[in-house]
Amino acid sequence: MTSITDTAPVPASRTTEGAARRTRPPRSGMILGMVAWLIGILFVLPVLWMLLTSLHSEAASATNPPSIAAPLTLQGYREFFGASSGASPWPPLLNSVTASVLSTVLVLLFAIPAAYALSIRPVRKWTDVLFFFLSTKMLPVVAGLLPIYLFAQVAGLLDNVWLLIVLYTSMNLPIAVWMMRSFLAEVPVEMLEAAAMDGAGLVRTLREIVAPVVLPGIAATSLICFIFSWNELLFARVLTGTVAQTAPVFLTGFVTSQGLFLAKVCAAALVVSLPVIIAGFAAQDKLVQGLSLGAVK
Amino acid sequence: MTTSAATARSGDVLRRSADWARRAPLLPALIFTIVVTQLPFVVTLIVSFMDWNAYYPDERGFTGLTNYKRVLTDVNMRDAILTTVLLTVTVVLVSLFLGLVIALLLDRKFIGRGAVRTMMITPFLVVPVAAALLWKHALFNPEYGLLNGMITAVWRLFGSDHPPQPDWISTMPLVSVETALIWQWTPFMMLILLAGLQGRPLDVIEAARIDGAGSWQIFRYMTFPHLRQYLELGALLGSIYIVQNFDAVFTITSGGLGTANLPYTIYQTFYQAHDYGRASAAGVVVVIGTIIIATFALRTVSSLFREETSR
Repeated sequence: MTSITDTAPVPASRTTEGAARRTRPPRSGMILGMVAWLIGILFVLPVLWMLLTSLHSEAASATNPPSIAAPLTLQGYREFFGASSGASPWPPLLNSVTASVLSTVLVLLFAIPAAYALSIRPVRKWTDVLFFFLSTKMLPVVAGLLPIYLFAQVAGLLDNVWLLIVLYTSMNLPIAVWMMRSFLAEVPVEMLEAAAMDGAGLVRTLREIVAPVVLPGIAATSLICFIFSWNELLFARVLTGTVAQTAPVFLTGFVTSQGLFLAKVCAAALVVSLPVIIAGFAAQDKLVQGLSLGAVK
Repeated sequence: MTTSAATARSGDVLRRSADWARRAPLLPALIFTIVVTQLPFVVTLIVSFMDWNAYYPDERGFTGLTNYKRVLTDVNMRDAILTTVLLTVTVVLVSLFLGLVIALLLDRKFIGRGAVRTMMITPFLVVPVAAALLWKHALFNPEYGLLNGMITAVWRLFGSDHPPQPDWISTMPLVSVETALIWQWTPFMMLILLAGLQGRPLDVIEAARIDGAGSWQIFRYMTFPHLRQYLELGALLGSIYIVQNFDAVFTITSGGLGTANLPYTIYQTFYQAHDYGRASAAGVVVVIGTIIIATFALRTVSSLFREETSR
């Protein structure tokens, strides 16, 4: 993953810049570095603004021009956790954790054997199966929403977190199958056979040959499935009510209140995003692997 | 004669059971996916030919193609199709372009490269609903949003008391939604393209440089062709998610001001108007449209895929 400098010109600055760089490489490199910093700051600015606003009082957060140096307070967070409204965000947060974690576990339980049958000991026409999984991901969620709603109504599963768990599992399963297949394809099959001939036990084979390749794949898959489940709004909005409401649904109901609410909303948005932000920062390389369905390692 | 037939048959049986042993690990995932994702669609297809409104339960019955006629002649639905295409194409193309520029910048060594990369990723990690709320209330708000606040601050700096204070969401609703989405999806494109850049064969590029190829030539004839498959992958995955976008439209404009895309319109037809028949017909139309696009998209992935497996 090493990269050398000077290989990547910006399309906008082709000829003159390219000629100048050959004579004065350090300076143009520095300018491009500064441009990168500038763009990075521009992109992260809304998030920093959200953080700052969440730490301001409602009055200080609703001024024009913005009061950047206003005194900091945790009032917004206290309001989010129900200081005056009495509505606790904990049940929705807990529902989100339940739905995301359990659906991710289920996805792995389905996806790993399936990926095995598509890579290490492939079935015939395994590419067709793989593309069938991907095609289900392209089917618009909204086209299946009504039957699922009607089914849930008849089966008494409306406002039940288990319904969300099943739906999130189906939503993420195609991605997980693709990812796990690409990781399992890296397991050296010859080494498995050699290990079997040498009389290595199953546990040892798994630990020494399979695990080093597959565990990072499982981590990347889990991260992506967790993020997509945690973020999901449409299903949760239509299929849950007061009991099984998830954190994103709770967020959408947050601005109906009267008066100033900006600090409170920023605090809420930040708390709900925090698990994803932490997980994403901690596993940046896994994020790339996951987003490209395992095509990029 | 009979023995050889018997051995052939037993060999057949053996092979078939071996086939099933291979298929067995695949079946739970396959059956689960078919039941949860394909079965509902069959129901949607049936309901799309029915007159079924939850408000008038007595009038339920089959009506043939009426719902499709209504969907295809409905101005709202046609607008929704146009909005969906416009929204998806704009967001995918702009975030791909920005993602490419930023990936090229980040592929160079400079002080704090890791920090800039981390900053760039952050927008993608904000929960979509939270991001939409942030843009709507903290940035676009005409009275105290950050955008107008900064305009005021800059105008004051130059001694003006009458800064322009545009109402961003009312005057340019679709652009507002697109801006919020581009902010979230540029990091996604950047990550995929950066990974693609770092997988380039550096020795070949070095050789080209020694042969006197300029930076633009190297980009045009070596980097870009190598990146093409990653651009296609980013465009495909981005389209899959942005065509289905619900969160941003729902939160920022509630589908008003001409920003209602198909997912939002169908959601409304079914959830608020309770017109199950029409919502289903619209759903089927969306699926047919998606299948047409997906056929091309899948061809792209499969070419990428062949390249990967042949490596």
